[in-house]
Parts: sequence; C-alpha cells; structure tokens
Amino acid sequence: MDKLQIRDFIASRVAKEFKDGDVVNLGIGLPTLVANFLPSDITINLQSENGLIGLGPKPTEVNFDKDITNAGGQPVTLLEGGMYFDSTLSFSIIRGGHVDVTVLGSLQVDETGSLANWIIPGKMVPGMGGAMDLVTGAKKVIIAMTHTNRGKPKILKSCTLPLTAKNQVNMIVTEMGVMDIKDDGIHLIEYNPEYSIEDIKSATEANLIINDPIKMKVEV
Amino acid sequence: MKKQIKLEELKNHVHDGMSIMVGGFMVVGTPEFLIDELVKIGVKDLTIICNDAGLPGSGVAKLITNGQVKKLIASHIGLNPEAGKLMSEGLMECILIPQGTLAERIRAGGAGLGGFLTPTGIGTIVEDGKQIINTGGKDYILELPLRADLAILEGTTVDLFGNVMYTKTTRNFNPVMATATDLVIVGAREIVKSIDPDNVMTPHIFVDYVIMEEL
Repeated sequence: MDKLQIRDFIASRVAKEFKDGDVVNLGIGLPTLVANFLPSDITINLQSENGLIGLGPKPTEVNFDKDITNAGGQPVTLLEGGMYFDSTLSFSIIRGGHVDVTVLGSLQVDETGSLANWIIPGKMVPGMGGAMDLVTGAKKVIIAMTHTNRGKPKILKSCTLPLTAKNQVNMIVTEMGVMDIKDDGIHLIEYNPEYSIEDIKSATEANLIINDPIKMKVEV
Repeated sequence: MKKQIKLEELKNHVHDGMSIMVGGFMVVGTPEFLIDELVKIGVKDLTIICNDAGLPGSGVAKLITNGQVKKLIASHIGLNPEAGKLMSEGLMECILIPQGTLAERIRAGGAGLGGFLTPTGIGTIVEDGKQIINTGGKDYILELPLRADLAILEGTTVDLFGNVMYTKTTRNFNPVMATATDLVIVGAREIVKSIDPDNVMTPHIFVDYVIMEEL
C-alpha cells in the first residue's frame, strides 16, 4: 500500500466502529477521511467543536458558504437536521459525555491508554485545541494513525512527550492492525495479513497481547 | 441607533496594555474590519484572548504580525506559524488552554462564578500549579474565571437596540465573550429594525457599541 492507500485503509476500518445514532467527532488530518467511509445504512451525527452537529461533505461551488466551516477552518456543509451552537454548548456536549466516539491522530500512545499529540517541546507547539476535552469526555477514544513514524514506534510502553490525557484511549487503528487497550494492556485483535505478527511486534515498543487475532480484509 | 459609532471612533475606546477578547474560530466569526482598524490605530502591549492565533494575514494574526500583542491566550496556534516562532523566540508570551476550558473560563468570568472543576488536563502539564479537588471519587482541576477589558465581536445581524444574532458557525466564542468584558463592541454585517426576540443570541444589555461594516 502507498501512503494514500494506507490512510484510506485506516479510515475505512475506523468507520466500522460506529453504531446507528452515534455522535462522532473526527479530528483534523487522517481522522477527517473517516467521513468518506461511513456506512450508508446507519445515521451518524458528526460533531465539530467549533459549533455544529450534522457535518456534511465538502461544498461545491454552488453550495459554498464561508460561514460554515469545520474545526480545521475548512468549508463544509450542513446536513438536514443539523444545527449550530456556541463554544460553551459545544464543550458541554464534548466534556459532558454526549459524544459517543472521538477519532484523533497521535504522536504517541502507550500501554496505559495515555496519549501525546499536542506538543513536541522545542520543536512544535500547535496547542491542544479541543483534543484534551475530547479524549477526556468522549465515551470511546479511537486513535487513527500510521503504526510508526519513519520506522520509529509510536505505540510505546510509556509516552515520552507531554501527555494530552492519561488512560483515555480505547482503540488504536493503524495500517498494521486494530488494537484494543484494556486494563491488562494492548490486545492485537485484528491484523493486516500484508504484515507478519513478527513485523507488527517489532514495529511496536509496547508489549502486545496476542490471542488469535482476526485477519483483516485488504480491499484498498 | 443610540449605540452605533463610526469606525474612526474605535480609537477612543482602546489603549496600550489593554486585554481584548476577540470572537471567532480560525477567523470565522472574527470582525476582520475591526482588527484592521486596531492595526491602523497601532495600540500595543495587548493581551489577546482568542480561540486561536488566526491564519497568516487574517484575524488576530494581523495584530501579532504587527508586533501589537504582548501576550496571547488561545487553545491552538498551529495554523499561524508566526505565532509559534514569536513564542519560541520569547517575543510574545503565549498561554495555551484546552478549548473547552478556555470557553468555560470565559463563561465563569461572565457568569459571576469563582471558578469550576474540570477533568480536562488531569495527569498533564495543564494541571501544573493548579489546585486539584477530588469530588465524587474523581480528580478535577480548579480552573479560574477569565475576564478582559474589551470584547471585539462579529454580529451577523444587530437590531436598533443592540440585540445580536450570529449566523452558522460564526457564533462560536462570540456570545460568551459578550458576557465577560467591561466593554463590548460588535462589528455588524447588517443593522435591522428588530430581531425576532426568540432569535436573539446576545441580549442588548451586554452590548455597548455597534460599528457597521462598510462593504
């Protein structure tokens, strides 16, 4: 798989996690692609922290409206039944446990479900935006990311960068497989047969608990 | 309309060293023409409280580029590389706050609350130097209210009394900021006789001055 195929592979697998009626927040970057793979037989309410539920596809020249954007400042559309609200209500929704699933990218995730994705001291200080509130408040936190960064593991025994939150991640989806984070550690529950279990283990610093993982279908 | 002033009069209400809340999210809902006027006036040593640092060439980024901002309080500055550069060179103080905490601190500032307890930031550097309070068996950070001297907001529609309606995703931080500053100035896209009372998002009692955007 090339880079784009890897991104689509991860995004399409994440989209299978949603249930009918779920309120879902997709982060900037790879997680945004998940919107392209939503199952058509269920209703997903996409929330954006700048103040809307009912996020629709990118506008065309005809329905472009500069006053409708997502949390990345990109133009979007609003689906029927959708609505706008202010930032305090948006974060009551987020912090108050009314978001069923949040999907974010990350720089590091560890065995305890802690994640780091908002700062590389001395190098990059973008800020946390809504990420800390999202991972703290959402019922389920899914990290969608490439398994390694230029060959270096991102799934670690313990995060080394400043944390975004402690013990909040429930699932990691990468091009190598799907991992559940439970009290006893990270379970590899599905794997991409393009990689061997040994490949996956050597690309992961954290200990992987492996017990008959399912072979994923690669249809990209 | 009693509260309406001319754009040129904005200079009578701002001064060096002022703290200013600026509405908007990635510039959507930011009154660009009032930012341009602040650049023209040249007030400096400002503390700017805004969700983000704007985008290169628009929003509060113009004030940052022009060297008018001493301190920026925001949740995200990643889309304005210059802000990060000034921050790491020590030329601008920058305080990053989780977005929900920023919104709620402003709400507390406007609502007369002494603070609030949030789980956001527990176990991270956000909790450094703050009081941790355990209630119901769970740890929370005590976050304190945030207020400022002036709010610069974008109202889509303002009526003759100063009631404000915000359209679509321009609403974001605008209504809560209207409650948390000593002076509130709304940049209006249009002024109408009256807004349906059911649709008023910021009651006129919060609004001190309205400046019409000349298109």
